Amino acid sequence: MEMPTPTDDPTQGEPQGARPVATDDPLEAIARGETAPSLVHDALKREESVLDVDDFNLWYGEAQALFHVSMGVPRGKVTALIGPSGCGKSTLLRSVNRLNDLIDTVRISGDMRLAGDPIYSREIDVIELRKRMGMVFQKSNPFPMSIYENVVYALRIDGENRKQVLDEVCERSLRGAALWDEVKDRLDELALGLSGGQQQRLCIARAIAAEPEVLLMDEPCSALDPIATGKIEDLIQALRGEYTILIVTHNMQQASRTSDYTAFMYLGRMIEYGATEDLFTNPLLRSTEDYITGRFG
Amino acid sequence: MSEKPAAKAWGRRRARARSSLFAAGEPMIWLTGGALVICTAMVAGLVLLVIWKGLSTFWPQPVTRLDAIAGPFMGEITREERFQPSAAVLAELPPQVRIEAESQLAATDGSERRRLVRTGNYRLTQSHFEWVSDFEVRDESRPEWALVLERLEWGRFYGFPEAFITVENGGTERREEGAAAAWAAFQREHHAVRERWRERRELEEHDTGAVNHEQETARLALRAAELEFAEAQREGDASLAEVESKVEGARQRYEEKRRWADAEFTRIRAEIDEINAQNARFRLVMRTAGEGGLPPRTTSIPLDQIVRAYPANQLSWSGKTGVYLARWREFLTDEPREANSEGGVFPAIFGTVVMTLVMSVAVVPFGVMAALYLREYARAGPLVSAVRIAVNNLAGVPSIVFGVFGLGFFCYVVGASIDQLLFAESLPNPTYGTGGLFWASLTLALLTLPVVIVATEEAVAAVPSSMREGSYACGASKWQTIRRIVLPRAMPGVITGMILAIARGAGEVAPLMLVGAVKLAPELPIDGLFPFVHPERSFMHLGFHIYDVGFQSQNSEAAKPMVFTTTLLLIAIVAALNFATVWLRGRLRRRFTAGQF
Repeated sequence: MEMPTPTDDPTQGEPQGARPVATDDPLEAIARGETAPSLVHDALKREESVLDVDDFNLWYGEAQALFHVSMGVPRGKVTALIGPSGCGKSTLLRSVNRLNDLIDTVRISGDMRLAGDPIYSREIDVIELRKRMGMVFQKSNPFPMSIYENVVYALRIDGENRKQVLDEVCERSLRGAALWDEVKDRLDELALGLSGGQQQRLCIARAIAAEPEVLLMDEPCSALDPIATGKIEDLIQALRGEYTILIVTHNMQQASRTSDYTAFMYLGRMIEYGATEDLFTNPLLRSTEDYITGRFG
Repeated sequence: MSEKPAAKAWGRRRARARSSLFAAGEPMIWLTGGALVICTAMVAGLVLLVIWKGLSTFWPQPVTRLDAIAGPFMGEITREERFQPSAAVLAELPPQVRIEAESQLAATDGSERRRLVRTGNYRLTQSHFEWVSDFEVRDESRPEWALVLERLEWGRFYGFPEAFITVENGGTERREEGAAAAWAAFQREHHAVRERWRERRELEEHDTGAVNHEQETARLALRAAELEFAEAQREGDASLAEVESKVEGARQRYEEKRRWADAEFTRIRAEIDEINAQNARFRLVMRTAGEGGLPPRTTSIPLDQIVRAYPANQLSWSGKTGVYLARWREFLTDEPREANSEGGVFPAIFGTVVMTLVMSVAVVPFGVMAALYLREYARAGPLVSAVRIAVNNLAGVPSIVFGVFGLGFFCYVVGASIDQLLFAESLPNPTYGTGGLFWASLTLALLTLPVVIVATEEAVAAVPSSMREGSYACGASKWQTIRRIVLPRAMPGVITGMILAIARGAGEVAPLMLVGAVKLAPELPIDGLFPFVHPERSFMHLGFHIYDVGFQSQNSEAAKPMVFTTTLLLIAIVAALNFATVWLRGRLRRRFTAGQF
């Protein structure tokens, strides 16, 4: 793990079953205007990361939204980003595939690397970069075209027109998104005719069609009812191992159910990052525990 | 709330909680609602007037004979009004009539009814219409055998059929005397005569035109060769001899073509003469009622001059419908005659539709591209705002200004350059260097451009950013996103812009008068002569036709109903074009926005 370790990391061992060791609350440090170190569990050091974030800062105009974020996203694992609204989870996610470039006022410093390739290098082709990632949004956004065309969109824009290839990808992706059986007979129908949950799974199928190295999910279930949410969560479970997934969620249960690792963010800072089980049962920081148990945020 | 038996509650709606308008205490509802009612009433009144007048124009009216003191007047009554006869008019009346008239006027407060009779027979009486006051009228009748003739020239003829003359092959005349016999003979022969007449027109216009066209093509080829020769001579070109032989070849071809054309003309002339001879054999002898005290006169009218004839007072309801439909058919499919005040408007319909379509084809791509740049590529700033304001203001520029610009730029600059480059041989006659369909379409495209840009911009801005982001996240480039996501979603809005452009463009007249619309252009912009599409030709336009018929015609009283009919047609065409695009937009809307939750 090439994660730069914070210099004054208070805990260097495995989390103990005891109360959090940290005495200096990072939240208070942030409130005082000091830099708060990220607390990264050792479990992550054993993982090979596919996406590395290195001292990443981001400003919307004058307002800084991300402060010195550093993290590694382990390959083939599900990593959840949690934190109260406005803490920068979505901003961080959208920085990974440089969607924030579309906003004129955004400035950044620091670096990100996808499998070693610098994401924010001037030489890199953003379009090629985005093709290596898939993204699922908070609100499902199927394109105004047929189900089939939605799924193979990424291939179409790449100039792939061989029917056989497209058919294959379409079936594989829809099966991967657990939607195949529901729509296989109406692939030519308009995607906008699907139900909300189906639309979201269609968006997942679209995101995995081009075999991305990382799958970014921005609160994929927040607009869905519990049954549809359950299906998506099952799907995330099924995709685990095959894809590296970085998911933003507001739902603690969802984070604990679906993810291998969880990062807690607050006010643009990465506060604590570790294996989900440890973070939810034995967080090293009191503030993490407070957030998870719903005492604030 | 008490439970009511279902049977009783059935069919009775439970009253909603609402108060009477008088109890509402909302005075503005009266002002705003009243304004809406007035607007609607004005628009509806206008449309109803046009529809009523337009639809009733072609309905055959009975022929009335008014026996006035000055003599009989026979014709269709087109209008009536009340007026105050002056003392001078009364003084001219015979004493007995004057006393009667004066006592009548005293009873009606000095106002009297008068009727406008379309008396026709212009060549005999030098007038088309006569006002007849009621006190002049001694007797009023609807003669059974009063016949209405619509002629190719000189307007309508009202009279009684007296005889039908057929010239037999030996040169002897056979007369079928009497109204009924003459009418029967007319009906027997008229159709064939008209068929031959149409054949003749076809020969005159189409065949002669085709021969002319070929001869002209050869002449232009010769002229082009001569120009090339002159050029070579001036520059001392080595290939002078070669060019000279080329000129010689062109000259020979032209001479050949001319001999061929002369032969063709002779042949066509012979055919026309033959048809004329055939048609000249039939004549209808008509007797007038004797307008304005003139004695009744007889006149014989060649059958091929009569477009349509009907005994107005004998017509049954189905007979009237027949005449009505025949007139509509002529109106929609035929060329105008009698200085546009009679006949059809087919060239104008064709010109209007083609011009509007060419305009749409020109304006939509430009407008969409401009709007896309403004919305998608340009970085928001003062410059973009300035451009947007300028575009919006362009919509407020008076249309005649666009006409002047079109004439100055398209015709005199672009067109003249095209002529120099491509049609040098036909100079000084301009080909593109004058008003024409293409330039008119482009001028109107410029005029309607702001509408399309504004509508497209709004539609593009309304495409949800989530869709764009989804596309970018899939690795689409900006253009791919625009082409595959933004444009399809914005299409209904683009088509709204197109509808507005059509509505504005099809009804515009002022700029067209400068860039190519003319009174009469029987040559359509699309025909069977190579190269089949002639965008440089001037054309007829319904809007201009309305102006021309209504205000430039010598016989404006007769042309007035045509104004309404043409207006109705123009409204119908604009509405049809609009409905077609609305339907298209509806389809696209269903396609791109259906089922969104």
